Amino acid sequence: MKPGPRPVWNPHAAGAALGVLLFVTFLATGHGLGVTGATTYATASALAAASPRGLAPHSYLAAYARAGLDQWIVWEAGGMLLGGLAGAALGRRLRPRIDGPRLAASPVRLALALLGGTASGFGARMAMGCTSGMGLSGSAPLAVAGFVFLIGFFAAGLLAGRLVAPLWGGEGGR
Amino acid sequence: MIHLPLGWTGSLSGLLIGLAFGAILEGAGFADPARLTGQLRLVDWTVFKVMFTAIIVAGTLLYLFRDLGLLPFGRIFVPSLYLWGTLLGGALIGIGMAVGGYCPGTAAVALASGRLDGLVFLLGIGAGTILFNGAYPAIGGWAYARTGKAALTLPQLLHLSPWIILPALLALLVAVVRLTAAPAGRASS
Repeated sequence: MKPGPRPVWNPHAAGAALGVLLFVTFLATGHGLGVTGATTYATASALAAASPRGLAPHSYLAAYARAGLDQWIVWEAGGMLLGGLAGAALGRRLRPRIDGPRLAASPVRLALALLGGTASGFGARMAMGCTSGMGLSGSAPLAVAGFVFLIGFFAAGLLAGRLVAPLWGGEGGR
Repeated sequence: MIHLPLGWTGSLSGLLIGLAFGAILEGAGFADPARLTGQLRLVDWTVFKVMFTAIIVAGTLLYLFRDLGLLPFGRIFVPSLYLWGTLLGGALIGIGMAVGGYCPGTAAVALASGRLDGLVFLLGIGAGTILFNGAYPAIGGWAYARTGKAALTLPQLLHLSPWIILPALLALLVAVVRLTAAPAGRASS
């Protein structure tokens, strides 16, 4: 019989490893971890490449397009994909699939992922960072912004999570 | 004498730190949307435990190095508060996780573990970024209006030592772990 996926790490061990990595990142670079910096550079460069006239010179994304893709955060995001791939392969958790709410068919799952991603991408620009760049890396030096982000994240997420709970089989959806 | 931070901001630094970041997120089970959204349905407390443990560990080490004079906070990036942008942006990312299953970093490791919906979530982030680019002239003014002094921290806001605040965060974590633990006699993953 094919062995199943290995169990994931203890949450406090994973959290301690993440905390040490975040501290080392501050010592090495002077800033924390992030993700949407990379997606913003990538989106700006893709837009500039796709449109012959390029981005409007004074638009929000124009400076990102001018800076190009050779950025620490873009390399870091590339490393994340490799690290996630290696971890999933070693943990026997690597498997092509369309994941999402248990009771949603695949097209619905993909539509929800697109919708959620759009909200997330817009929100990350408003907050100047995502769960990693603001929630985690901002809260570690005890910045007020990091905790305000987490309050907004959990408050709205808990409300929306309640509305979507029936799709997950009603678990916690009482 | 070593000068901190080291200024290692090149491609190799990014790749290696990203490699470790991706492996830790995946190892924590954060490529799994059932686990991530389970936190928002209050049926799985992994997200809270991992994040708060990481914040307390990193925060303790950062303030220890600061107080030893090794890492003045003027030399590291501490975000300023832009109340409405930070709060509403955080709310949109929370809604995005409830609806789409991920936040940006967890979507990346979901893709790396073979999940096509993780890739679609990342494409959605691109779409949201483009929408923001269009909306920026209308919202940039109020969303990016700074609240309080630059790089405002909780110790400054509350006039409390970080060595009070960090143990208080630890107490909050321990209380949540206790309150959400499986009933005695029943092991839980």
